[in-house]
Amino acid sequence: MRLEPKPAPSLGMTLLFPLAAIAATLLLTSLLVLAAGASPLSVFYLVAKGAAGSQFALLETLTRATPLIFTGLAVAVAFRAKLWNIGAEAQLYIGGVVTVVLGTGALPLPSVILIPVIMLAAMLAGGLLLLGPAILKTRFGVDEVVTTLLLNFIVLLFVSMLLEGVLKDPMGLGWPQSQKVIADAQLPRIIQGKRLHYGFVVAIVSAIVVWVIMKKTVLGYEMRAVGHNPEGARFVGIPVNRVLMKTALLSGGLAALAGFSEVSGLKGNLTLDLSPGYGYSGIVVAMLAMLNPLGVVVSAIFVAGIFVGADAMSRIAKVPSYIADVMVATSLLTMVVAILLTRFRVRWK
Amino acid sequence: MSIASQPPVLRLSGITKRFGPLVANDAISFELERGEVIALLGENGAGKTTLMNILFGHYVADEGSVEAFGQPLQPGDPRAALDAGIGMVHQHFTLADNMTVLENIALGTQSLWLPRLDRAVARLRIEQLSADFGLAVDPAAVVSSLSVGERQRVEILKALYRDARILILDEPTAVLTPAETDALFRTLKLLVAKGLSIIFISHKLHEVMAVSDRVLVLRSGRLAGERATAATDRKELAALMVGQEVKPAEVTAVEPGDALLVLDTVSTGRRNGAALDGVSLTLRAGEITGLAGVSGNGQAALAALLAGTESPIAGTVVIGGRQIGDWSPKAALGHGIARIPEDRHAVGTIGDMSVTENVIAERYASPRFSRMGFLDWKAARNFAEQIIADYDVKCPSPEARIRLLSGGNMQKLILGRALDPEPSVILASQPTRGLDVGAVAYVHRMLLAARQRGAAILLISEDLEEILALSDRIVVMSKGRLSSPSARGERSIRELGELMAGHGEEGAKDAA
Repeated sequence: MRLEPKPAPSLGMTLLFPLAAIAATLLLTSLLVLAAGASPLSVFYLVAKGAAGSQFALLETLTRATPLIFTGLAVAVAFRAKLWNIGAEAQLYIGGVVTVVLGTGALPLPSVILIPVIMLAAMLAGGLLLLGPAILKTRFGVDEVVTTLLLNFIVLLFVSMLLEGVLKDPMGLGWPQSQKVIADAQLPRIIQGKRLHYGFVVAIVSAIVVWVIMKKTVLGYEMRAVGHNPEGARFVGIPVNRVLMKTALLSGGLAALAGFSEVSGLKGNLTLDLSPGYGYSGIVVAMLAMLNPLGVVVSAIFVAGIFVGADAMSRIAKVPSYIADVMVATSLLTMVVAILLTRFRVRWK
Repeated sequence: MSIASQPPVLRLSGITKRFGPLVANDAISFELERGEVIALLGENGAGKTTLMNILFGHYVADEGSVEAFGQPLQPGDPRAALDAGIGMVHQHFTLADNMTVLENIALGTQSLWLPRLDRAVARLRIEQLSADFGLAVDPAAVVSSLSVGERQRVEILKALYRDARILILDEPTAVLTPAETDALFRTLKLLVAKGLSIIFISHKLHEVMAVSDRVLVLRSGRLAGERATAATDRKELAALMVGQEVKPAEVTAVEPGDALLVLDTVSTGRRNGAALDGVSLTLRAGEITGLAGVSGNGQAALAALLAGTESPIAGTVVIGGRQIGDWSPKAALGHGIARIPEDRHAVGTIGDMSVTENVIAERYASPRFSRMGFLDWKAARNFAEQIIADYDVKCPSPEARIRLLSGGNMQKLILGRALDPEPSVILASQPTRGLDVGAVAYVHRMLLAARQRGAAILLISEDLEEILALSDRIVVMSKGRLSSPSARGERSIRELGELMAGHGEEGAKDAA
C-alpha cells in the first residue's frame, strides 16, 4: 500500500469527506451497539431524536455546543499555526476561576461593564497560561504537546486546591464548590426558563471574528504561514516566535471563554466537574471542521448533539451513554483518515 | 558496440504514466545493453525522475512493461527491482548518519531475526568491492564524518553489495568537486568494464558527453531523441532538450561602481553547518561576484548571513555605507538585499499557500498590502498578476497553491518577488539548481539585467560553468574562508579546483 499526493480537492469533495467520515463512524459504532444487544438503526434514531427531536432537545444541544465552539476555536487557531495546544481543558478552568474571582462581588460594576471586564480578564489568564508552553517551545524547544497536556492535570489540581481553600463556598455544605457569581456577572438566558444562554451568541460572534482574523488580517496570514512552513516564514521576515506568542494568547483566551461562559451563563459557580472534557473534545471539533472557524460551529453542534442524544437514548434503549464517547472518538479517527484521503490517493500494490 | 548478440539487460516498452491530466511519461521505450552507459538527459519535469521511479518500483506505470535480464519485472515493488539487480543512487543520499559505513551498507541485507550482524564477512566483501572499483572508504568510519564524495561512494557500494548489475545514478555530480567528479567517472569506467550497465541522469551536457555511450533526451514526458554520444554534440543535445536552440547569456561590460556591501573579517556561529571564519568580501555596483566551492564549506552560512537568518558573531557588515545593527531577515530586506534562496521548496516558498500569498510574503506588512492590520487582498492579487505577467510565470491562477508550480515557474516567482523592488544588493544562492535549460537562461538574463542597472550581485553556485559564465570576479570558499578574488579569466579551472579542494593559495594576494 502506498500514498500518492493528489491535487487540491474541490469544494464538493471537501464537504463530502466529513459526511463520509460520519457515515463510517456510524457503521463502526453500530458493531458496538449490536454487541450491547440493541438495534443500531433504532439507537441512532433515538440519538438523533434526543439531539434535535424537540425544542428542548435542540436547545440542550446548542447549550452543550457553546463551550465546544470556544474550545474548538481555541484548538483550530493554535493548530493552524502548528502550535499543538492540548491544554484547552486547563485554559477553560482558568477562565472559570477568573470568572468566580471577579464575579462574586469583588468588582461592584454594572453588568454591561462587568461582563466584558470578566471576559477580557479570563481571556488574558487563559492566554498567559498557554504563553508559558509557547515560550518553552520557542526558547528551549520543549514539546508543547507534553507541557500543555500535563498542565491540564496541574491546573485541575490547582482548582481543586482553590475549591477546598480560598474559593470554597462557606454555604456549600462542605462541597468543593465556589460561591455563585452575582446577578450582574451572569450572562442572561436567551429564552426565559430555558438553559440556552447568551454565551452561545458570544461563541458564534467569536467564530466569525476568528474567521475574519484568519482570512483577512496580517496576523492570520502570519499564523498560516508559520503553520505551513516555519522556516520559509522566517526567511521572508515573519517574526515566527512572536507570531506563536500571539497565537498562544488568542488560543488560550478562546478556551478560557468556554470556562467563563459555562460559569457565568449556565452553572453559576465553579466546581471540579465544570467540564466533562470540553477541552479535549475541542480537538475533535476542530479536526472535524478541518480547522475552519465557521466549520467549528457546525461540528461543535454535531458533537454536542451526539452527547445530548446519547444521554436521551441510553435512558430508553438501555445502551450505555458511553457510546457517545466512542462515537466522538471514532469520528476523530475517521476524519483524520478522510483528511488524508483528500490529500493523497491510496495505491494498493 | 560490444556484444550485439546478447539480449539487453533492461528493456522498457511503452511506459506511460499519467498524474491526472498530466502525462509524465508518454510511451517511452528503450533498451540498455550490457556494459553500456546511457545518459538520461532532460529538463526538470521532463519525466526523468518519474521514469526511474517506475523502473525502481516506487510508481506503477499505467501502461507498458519493464524487463530485466529477459524476465518481466514485477511493477510497483522496489524489492523486486533490487532482486533483479537494479541499484539506485539517489541525488539526496539515503544514509543513516549516526551509523558506520559497514552498518549502512549491510543494513537490510540480513534477516532481522539474526542476533547480530556478521561484521567480518560484510567487511571483507566491502573491502573487496572497494578495491575492485576504486571506491576507497573506511568501513568502520561513521557516515557523519565523511565528505560528500565519500558518502556517494558508500551509496554506490551499497548498491554493489546488493549485487546490482544495473546502476541508476540520479544527478550524481551535483555535490562533487571537479576532482571528485573525475574520480567518479573513473569508477564508472571500471564498473562498465566489469559488465555493469549504468543509467546516468544529468542535465549537465559536458558530463553527459564525457561519460556516456548513448544519450536519451526526454522532453515533456516523451523521448525527444536518441543519439550515440560519439555522433552528437552539446549544441544538438541542448536543442533536443528544450525543443529549440538556446542562446547563452551575453555579458556586456559594465564599469563597476561603489562598494554596496562590505564584509570585514566576519565570522558566524555553527548554526548553518560550516561557519564563516573571518571572511572579507566587497560587492560592487554593476558587478557579479561568483562564489565557487564544494557544498558544505560555509556557502550556506554566508548565504544565511546575507539573507538575515544568521547574525555575525565577529567582524563588521556595511551595506550601502551603513553598518548593520540588529540583524534579521526583515533588516536584510530593509537594507535593500534581494534574496534568492538555495532551497525553493523548504525556504523560498510556502508550498501550501497561494501564489499571491507567496508573492507578497516579503512585503505583506508594507502600506502597499496592508492597512490597520488588515491585508489588502485586491492589491496583493494585482501585484501577483503583475509578477506573473512580467516574469512570464506559467500558473493556473494567482489563487493556485504554489506547490503545484514547476521548479522553473516557482523560481521565476521568487525572482519577481525579489527583483521587483529594484534591490541594490542581490544574493543568488544556487539560483539555477534543478532548473531546465530554458529556465536557467532566463535566470541568467535576469541577473545580468540587474547587474546592468547597477545592482551588486553575489552568485553562489556549485556549478563552476555557471560561475565562469556570469561572474566579473570569482572567489572560492573552502572551510569557511574565502580566497582572494580573481578577475574573469585570471584563474584556470584547475586552479579554481585546487582552491575548492582546500589547497590554499601560495602568496595569497590582498583581498580587494
